[in-house]
Amino acid sequence: MELLNPNLGLIAWTTVAFLITLWILGKYAWKPIVSGLEKREQNIADSIQAAEKVKQEMAALKSENEELLAKARDERAQMLREAKETRDKIIAEAKEQARQETNKIVSDAQAVINQQKMAAITELKNNVGKLVIEVSEKVLRRELASKEAQEQFIHELTSEVKLN
Amino acid sequence: MGFRSVKSLLVATFSIFLISVSFQGFAQNNEDGEAKTEEKFDPTTVILNHVQDGYSFHFFTIGDFHASIPLPVILYSPQKGLSIFSSSRFGHEGELTYEGYKMENNKIVAVDEGVKVYDFSMTRNVVQMLLVLTLFIILMINIGKRYKKGIGVTSAPTGVQNLLEPVIIFIRDEVAKVNLGSRWERYMPYLLTLFFFILVNALFGMIPGVANVAGNIAFTLILGVIALIVILASTTTHFWKHLFWPPGVPFLVKLILVPVELAGVFIIKPGALIIRLFANMIAGHIVILAFISLIFIFGEMSTVAGYSFSPFSVLFIVFDYFIEILVAFIQAFIFTVLTAIFIGQGFEGSDHDLHPGTHDGML
Amino acid sequence: MSLLTLLVEVGFSHLGGAIGAGLAAIGAGIGIGQIGKGAVEGIARQPEASNEIRANMILAAALVEGVALFAVIAGLLAVLKTA
Repeated sequence: MELLNPNLGLIAWTTVAFLITLWILGKYAWKPIVSGLEKREQNIADSIQAAEKVKQEMAALKSENEELLAKARDERAQMLREAKETRDKIIAEAKEQARQETNKIVSDAQAVINQQKMAAITELKNNVGKLVIEVSEKVLRRELASKEAQEQFIHELTSEVKLN
Repeated sequence: MGFRSVKSLLVATFSIFLISVSFQGFAQNNEDGEAKTEEKFDPTTVILNHVQDGYSFHFFTIGDFHASIPLPVILYSPQKGLSIFSSSRFGHEGELTYEGYKMENNKIVAVDEGVKVYDFSMTRNVVQMLLVLTLFIILMINIGKRYKKGIGVTSAPTGVQNLLEPVIIFIRDEVAKVNLGSRWERYMPYLLTLFFFILVNALFGMIPGVANVAGNIAFTLILGVIALIVILASTTTHFWKHLFWPPGVPFLVKLILVPVELAGVFIIKPGALIIRLFANMIAGHIVILAFISLIFIFGEMSTVAGYSFSPFSVLFIVFDYFIEILVAFIQAFIFTVLTAIFIGQGFEGSDHDLHPGTHDGML
Repeated sequence: MSLLTLLVEVGFSHLGGAIGAGLAAIGAGIGIGQIGKGAVEGIARQPEASNEIRANMILAAALVEGVALFAVIAGLLAVLKTA
């Protein structure tokens, strides 16, 4: 019977102890602990969210990078193509120019040659004319001497002429 | 740091314990003791004396030497007023009278008939409870300080924090949030205090030689009454409307149902809480003491039987101790979770956006 | 002390307490046995849920045990009434 008979003192002390414990712990322990735990969980959740966000950003950045890279590659190819074209054009132009130059030089040279030739021919003509005149003069001078001498003389002259 | 200070405090407490063990145990009071030779071993008295409250910490008696710590007795009676004195005034067997009070069946009563006595003594249950709670409060305040400083909030928790944090999180997630919906935070301090109040008292009550605080009906009664108050304080008009006028029930059934429901709220639910905790806590102690008593019962038959039975007895006691540790946790949890469920029922359905658990009213 | 004198000495309240405790043990045994059976079957069927099942099993067992202990207290009271 004693066992199931609560005694007054213990009831009073238990009530007091429980209420004091509740008050002290509620103020100094449970509040900071519970709010601390909440905060930490919030922190972790935020961190995970931030990491997720960063990951997404990274993925976006990566695809952007790839796009840029592809674009750059295209550009490079284009540039290369253009450069090649330019080169070909320049070469072709240079060739054309060279040909024209050559043609011009050749034609100039031909013209000069022709001129020189004409000059030489004219000079030759003049010289031949002069010689002929000289020879004719000498022949004319020596005609009266003898026939033999004349012929010999003509020979001499002709050989001289040949030597020339 | 916190742990170390708690440890030193523990050491100090035990030192005081040992020093204050009274060695003045040679009071001769055996005038009629010559007659009783070889007193018979009575397990019922032994067990009851151990599980019940007492006015002193009594460890052992060898011959006339009593190793015990007397505790203060605080009495109030309307006629005599307040009187405070040490329990050693009553003598070791409680045979003396002091200031007109005497011990009768382990209870203090006035010598004169008709004098009403209110007994607020610091019995061993009270002293032990206060001691244990002081230690626990110091420990928890230290931990609370650490959280305030940011350890465990922005960095990893350390030391005792790791011990208590899973328990606190468990109470929060499995007890408060499940049963109380969005209002869980308001009840967290109460639920946590309740859980640890039962737990620490039950665990410390298992130390051999100390009082069995959690297995005392007054202790569980108060917890049940406080639970009832909290439950009633959190009820809504919706709850009472359903209680007194349950919808969709025929009138004649209502006549039966309403008293039953009322009894359920006011008597059965808190009563079940009280008796369950009390029975669970005291049963383990009784079983352990019964096994110890068995040794002496066998020993009375023959000395050989007593000695040969003791190893088995010790084995069973060790096993029972493990179960007791488990039971301490489970009962603290069950008391807390049932209180939370009853609180949740009090405001269930009052606003439909929160959904406290759909538990039936288990007893 | 013989069994007969024991019976005569202790009286019927002791008998009632003892029988009550025995009946409570039977009831609790059946109840906890059922819980254990259910839990083991559940774990066998769903090993991955074994932790949750175990926790609930212990809880249910504690509740059953609580009821059995009510009976034990009642038996104890009966025994201690005359003692």
